[in-house]
Amino acid sequence: MASKQPDALLGPESDSQRTQYPYVTGTSVVAIKYKDGILMASDMGGDMIYCLIAHGLPVKVTMPELCSYGSTLRYKSVERIKPIGKHSLLGASGEISDFQEILRYLDELILYDNMWDDGNSLGPKEVHNYLTRIMYNRRNKFNPLWNSLVLGGVKNGQKYLGTVSMIGVNFEDDHVASGFGNHLARPILRQEWHENLSFEDGVRLLEKCMLILLYRDRSAVNKFQIAKITEEGVTIHQPYSLKTNWEFSAFQNPSQGAVGSW
Amino acid sequence: MDLDMSINAPHSMGTTIIGVTYNGGVVLGADSRTSTGMYVANRASDKITQLTDNVYVCRSGSAADSQIVSDYVRYFLHQHTIQLGQPATVKVAANLIRLISYNNKNMLETGLIVGGWDKYEGGKIYGIPLGGTLIEQPFAIGGSGSSYLYGFFDQEWKEGMTKDEAEKLVVKAVSLAIARDGASGGVVRTVIINSEGVTRNFYPGDKLPLWHEELEPQNSLLDILNAPEPMNT
Repeated sequence: MASKQPDALLGPESDSQRTQYPYVTGTSVVAIKYKDGILMASDMGGDMIYCLIAHGLPVKVTMPELCSYGSTLRYKSVERIKPIGKHSLLGASGEISDFQEILRYLDELILYDNMWDDGNSLGPKEVHNYLTRIMYNRRNKFNPLWNSLVLGGVKNGQKYLGTVSMIGVNFEDDHVASGFGNHLARPILRQEWHENLSFEDGVRLLEKCMLILLYRDRSAVNKFQIAKITEEGVTIHQPYSLKTNWEFSAFQNPSQGAVGSW
Repeated sequence: MDLDMSINAPHSMGTTIIGVTYNGGVVLGADSRTSTGMYVANRASDKITQLTDNVYVCRSGSAADSQIVSDYVRYFLHQHTIQLGQPATVKVAANLIRLISYNNKNMLETGLIVGGWDKYEGGKIYGIPLGGTLIEQPFAIGGSGSSYLYGFFDQEWKEGMTKDEAEKLVVKAVSLAIARDGASGGVVRTVIINSEGVTRNFYPGDKLPLWHEELEPQNSLLDILNAPEPMNT
């Protein structure tokens, strides 16, 4: 395989220059704080990227946009939001195999936490910190977990919502998004989010964001999951699809006035 | 693209591989072409490889990589079966494949479909594409030929098919992919796994239906020329 030839001959040291490509990726996750806790939404698509072979092994960590022409909407039922312990929800975009690995790390973390059997349990702030350390340390070894993570939860009445990128950038906010969501959803949220949204208003707001993403993100599929976390616990609702609107008169015959245009 | 298409290129299985669950088990299917660059190194390969008595794997991508991964997993599963005292489950086999694929993702180039039957979950199919993602599916398609089958399966797939329906679907699908994918060809092999055991089937080219722009195979032009004139009314 041409893309592996340069350091395939280096033997065991060939991994020291690792970076990675994403192969099967999920797209945006959007999350908001609302009155009772956190609401998080993502679609259920998993894209398979197949044009990577044209590029040689990169030395720098670069974004997946380096391949702009080849991808298939391959998996349409990928659950990209998972509960973590009693108090947190984790949503991920990026490479699914790395997300599955992160879930295994967290499973071990929560298991050890439970085994202490001391009445304490890790809250979202702690889990967020743990994830940040993992992502940043992997980035320092030039072998990142190719994900953007959204971590939300409630503990002792305190709502928490944060994000970690594949290079370890982390912060908290009242609303966060990953991937395309940052460009398309967050501006909507900046305008329309407010403290103490009801569950219904929160869901409607998220659906507005997911619809925009469906129209404008090539990797989005029309199958969504909305997850909710409150002091009482986690609910991940069943998958559903949204109605789309194509009934604009401008859509009917766009090239009538300028034949050959688009 | 800087792909080396000479006869010295690494053996790659262009391939079409399919795994489908049905009411009672699974059907795995594959073509039989292994190519080195533009040359067909093996026109009758067997890409459906046994891992245990009840779990098989369809291999695609690099022939060497997929063989070594399945060899390791067969070895581990054998030990696991002895220690467990009963047949390994399909889920365990799939997770072993995932472990090797994921932890060596920078070096391996192989997409695999694990299928089998165990007494706890019945027939199960797991797809493990490049990168080492593990995904359980009612059916899975893989290899270069699978690009041509997404639309076909979107239309034709049904839950709860019978064994014969499932096998017919798999054979039809592989045959369609062979028609359009240069890297797939040869014969169609299927493996059916259920509570009763394992059945291997073999469908050579002449047993497959003809698709668009394909003609009925003849022994020679002479047979056509010497054939009696068609009747005119």
